[in-house]
Amino acid sequence: MNATESGAVVADRDGVAVIELRGRIDAGAEPAIARAGAEAAALGRAELMLDFAEADYINSTGIALIVGLLARARAERREVSARGLTPHYREIFEITRLSDFMRIVPDDALATPGPGAST
Amino acid sequence: MTTRLPITSLRAVRRRLRRGTADAAAPAPAAPAAPEAPAIEIAPNDPIVAYFQSAGGVVDVEELELDSPALVAMREAGVRLAVPLVSQGELIGVLNLGPRLSEQEYTADDRKLLSSLAGQAGPAVRVGQLVREQEAEARGRERIEQELRVAQLIQANFLPHEVPDLTGWQLAAYYRPAREVGGDFYDFIELPGDRLGLVIGDVTDKGVPAAMVMAASRTLLRSTAQRLVAPGEVLEEVNELLCPDMPEKMFVTCLYAVLERQTGRLTFANAGHNLPYVATAEGGAELRARGMPLGLLPGMQYEEREAVVQPGETVLLHSDGLAEAHNPSGEMFGFPRTLELVGRGGDGQAMIDSMLGALASFTGAGWEQEDDITLVTLRRSLGAGIGGPEAERVLAEVSIPSAPGNERLAIERVAEVAAPLGLAGERLERLKTAVGEATMNAMEHGNRYREDVPATIRVSLDGGRLWVRITDLGGEAPAGSPVLPDLEAKLAGMQSPRGWGLFLIERMVDEMRAETDGDRHTLELGFDLEGGP
Repeated sequence: MNATESGAVVADRDGVAVIELRGRIDAGAEPAIARAGAEAAALGRAELMLDFAEADYINSTGIALIVGLLARARAERREVSARGLTPHYREIFEITRLSDFMRIVPDDALATPGPGAST
Repeated sequence: MTTRLPITSLRAVRRRLRRGTADAAAPAPAAPAAPEAPAIEIAPNDPIVAYFQSAGGVVDVEELELDSPALVAMREAGVRLAVPLVSQGELIGVLNLGPRLSEQEYTADDRKLLSSLAGQAGPAVRVGQLVREQEAEARGRERIEQELRVAQLIQANFLPHEVPDLTGWQLAAYYRPAREVGGDFYDFIELPGDRLGLVIGDVTDKGVPAAMVMAASRTLLRSTAQRLVAPGEVLEEVNELLCPDMPEKMFVTCLYAVLERQTGRLTFANAGHNLPYVATAEGGAELRARGMPLGLLPGMQYEEREAVVQPGETVLLHSDGLAEAHNPSGEMFGFPRTLELVGRGGDGQAMIDSMLGALASFTGAGWEQEDDITLVTLRRSLGAGIGGPEAERVLAEVSIPSAPGNERLAIERVAEVAAPLGLAGERLERLKTAVGEATMNAMEHGNRYREDVPATIRVSLDGGRLWVRITDLGGEAPAGSPVLPDLEAKLAGMQSPRGWGLFLIERMVDEMRAETDGDRHTLELGFDLEGGP
């Protein structure tokens, strides 16, 4: 799958299903995120990581889409983590309590794989 | 004296004949020197009235054959002769004579004398009656005029003698009492915290009673407003105080509003008074709030609403006298016409002048004003307070077509304005998120993504606080709630995953307020320029 300006790309990194969220995470990203959720599930990994390093805007609709991804992963008993959040969006994940349901990985604690590692 | 001449209640007969009542009390007859004969009541429908009116002379009571209660009474009272007093065909009294004291019968000469006396006495008594009636009417008129003067005096003393001088605002007031003074009143109440209370009211009824109730209401409002401030609570309390002493069939309609001078925020509650109107860029709009008039029932509650008067906008408070004025063909000036005139805008005094001009051409010359007319205008100066250290300064205003994704335009514009003010880093990000969410709400829920209905974003600076006001024309409160959404329920699929907008906004800003003003809904976001990281 090709990376697009806004959307979601799925990668399989070291046994972890990764959804790279790119550009604007809003209503326009809904089809891409739905597709990515399905693709990531198909990898059958025990952990799902949401990678926000390339995301530059998340609005309330985007939050709702992330809630949808999180709900699906929990239903399928997969652990969820998130990385690449700016301090602002990390704060938003905290006040929305999303961070109570996913592990927030500090950037310096992760060996960043090369960008664009797509399948 | 050889005869007694008891005059039977001339006035009573006349009064009863005129009014057609059957139970008027008869005053004592005037015959001080002779033994008094009882007053004889003659009902207006008694056939003897018609008989007397056409008798043309002395009537022998014994010989009369009529089914008449008055005749029976006259016989019982020992009346022998009745002499009708007639003037211009109208029976104005009857001279009743008992038996002669000499115990002889009345002679032909007696009857002739009485007949000619009646012919002259009738008109003379009538003249006397007319003089008395006119005197009574003049006294009545004088009393009414006196009452009017008292009512006007009370009214004039309890209305403000001047309008307050309020920086950044222009206030104007117009009051013209009807000849028969109604119970209109208005008031300006200085409140702590740079706020001003505005009152307009109308007491049902007219004259002195209305003026007294108006004076009491005004005094109660003044004292309560100082203590409670919140308009709904003020009206609630004044209603409680007025109810026990309110005269029957009277009540008071009243609008009470509190204006925050610096922000233009107007909080108001309405006890059944005419809705205030506001002239906005989009035309005239109503400021709605519900409540029962004061003094009718205790235990009432009053809805409290808010609106923000923007620079250049004018609010009109008005009484019935204008909208309910009629022209000679019975057509009413009407509330729609008043609202339409408000929509044309103009500063406060110009608006009042245009209303009065329109009223004059509507009613035509020679119109007698039916009710008091009261108009109070409140205009926020354009660029309110520029150069004034305390007032709010508008920095930018932008209209955005309501289309998905256009919130980006709002975010960019607001960020451009805010960055030079020192808002940066995390606080700038918070501002951008809040503005984006609020604009999206306005375009989606308010304007339903109709591209021809723009969302407007106004950025202004009030001291150390930046205000972003986002307005749509949906007239409804935004979807969602600032309460923390239930994430567990959303994750369990029991609730929609959406509904984060208002909660996010509320958490991003230092102050959030929602205003609904007619169809316009405004979300106000306040950011302190010096705050946390």
